[in-house]
Amino acid sequence: MTALDDTDRAILRLLVAEADLGAGEVGRRVGLTQSAAWRRIRRLTEAGVIRGRRPRVDLSALGFGVTVFLGVKLAAKGRVGLEDFERAVSAIPEVQVVQHVLGLYDYRLRVVARDIADFERILRRRVMTLPGVGQVEANVLLSEERLPGPLG
Amino acid sequence: MQLDDTDRRLLRHVLAEPELTAAELAGRAGVTPATAWRRLEKLRDRGVLGRTEAMIDWRALGWEVEVSLRFTLDKTNPRAFDEFLAAAREVPEVIEIQTFLGRVDVRLNVIARDMGHYQEIYRDRILALPHIADIEALMLVATVKDGAGLPL
Repeated sequence: MTALDDTDRAILRLLVAEADLGAGEVGRRVGLTQSAAWRRIRRLTEAGVIRGRRPRVDLSALGFGVTVFLGVKLAAKGRVGLEDFERAVSAIPEVQVVQHVLGLYDYRLRVVARDIADFERILRRRVMTLPGVGQVEANVLLSEERLPGPLG
Repeated sequence: MQLDDTDRRLLRHVLAEPELTAAELAGRAGVTPATAWRRLEKLRDRGVLGRTEAMIDWRALGWEVEVSLRFTLDKTNPRAFDEFLAAAREVPEVIEIQTFLGRVDVRLNVIARDMGHYQEIYRDRILALPHIADIEALMLVATVKDGAGLPL
C-alpha cells in the first residue's frame, strides 16, 4: 500500500480533473519544481495509484444517446462457469464495464446504446443470450458525477 | 458534428488505448501525425473529446472495500433528489453519484478502508442522508472489464 503526503494528494486532485497537465504546470500549482513534480507523478503511476488515464467524451455527440446499467443474476449457478459468462459478456462491444458483485445480482454491466430501440436489440440479442444469464434489471442513466473522494 | 471514418477510427483508438502517443495513434488509425493532430484538435474544439481524467486505484491506497449503494428515494417530497444529492456530495468516501430512471433512483459508489470502516460510514453518514425510502448494497468483488470503448 502506498502512503500519500499532502503534496501527493494535491497532485492527484489536479490530475483527476485534468490528467493532461504537464509536470511544469502541476509543479507550479502545488509549489514544486518541474522535475520534483515529474518524479512524484512517475512514482504515483508506477505504484499503480494512478491506474490509467481516460478521455471524457460527449456520448450523445457521438450518437450514443442512452447508457443503461444492468444488474444480472446468473440462473444456473455452478453449472455455467463464471469464466464463460465473463468472457462472453466482455466481448460485447456495447458493454463497457463488467463488475462481479455480491448482493441482489451477480454482475453489474454498463451498456451504451444509440437509443432505446438499439438498447432493446443489445439486450435481447446479446445479453439475454449469454450463457447462464437469469434475471436482468435495467436502469437508464440520467446523470453522473465523479467526485475526488477522500483526497482532501 | 458530422464524423467521418477517420474521426471514428481515431476516437476508437483514443478510447481503447488512451495511453498512446499522438504518433502511435496516427499509426494505428492509418493517418499522418499531422492529420491525427488536426482531427483531434477539431474534436476537442467541438467538445466531442473532453479533458482526460486520471483514474485512481483506491485499493493501491489501502481502500479495500467498494460498495455500490442503490437508493430508492421518498419522492412524495419534491426536494428529495436535490437534498439527497447535496448531502451525498458532502460524504468524502462517496466517489461517484449516478441518477437513474428505473427501480433505482440514485446510486452512490462508496469506498472504505475495511469492513469495519464501511460499517462506520454506512451507519454514521449514509443512513443519515435525507429522504431514503430503500437501500440495496452490491459489494464489488472484481472488475472484469472497465473500458470506455465505443462501437463506433
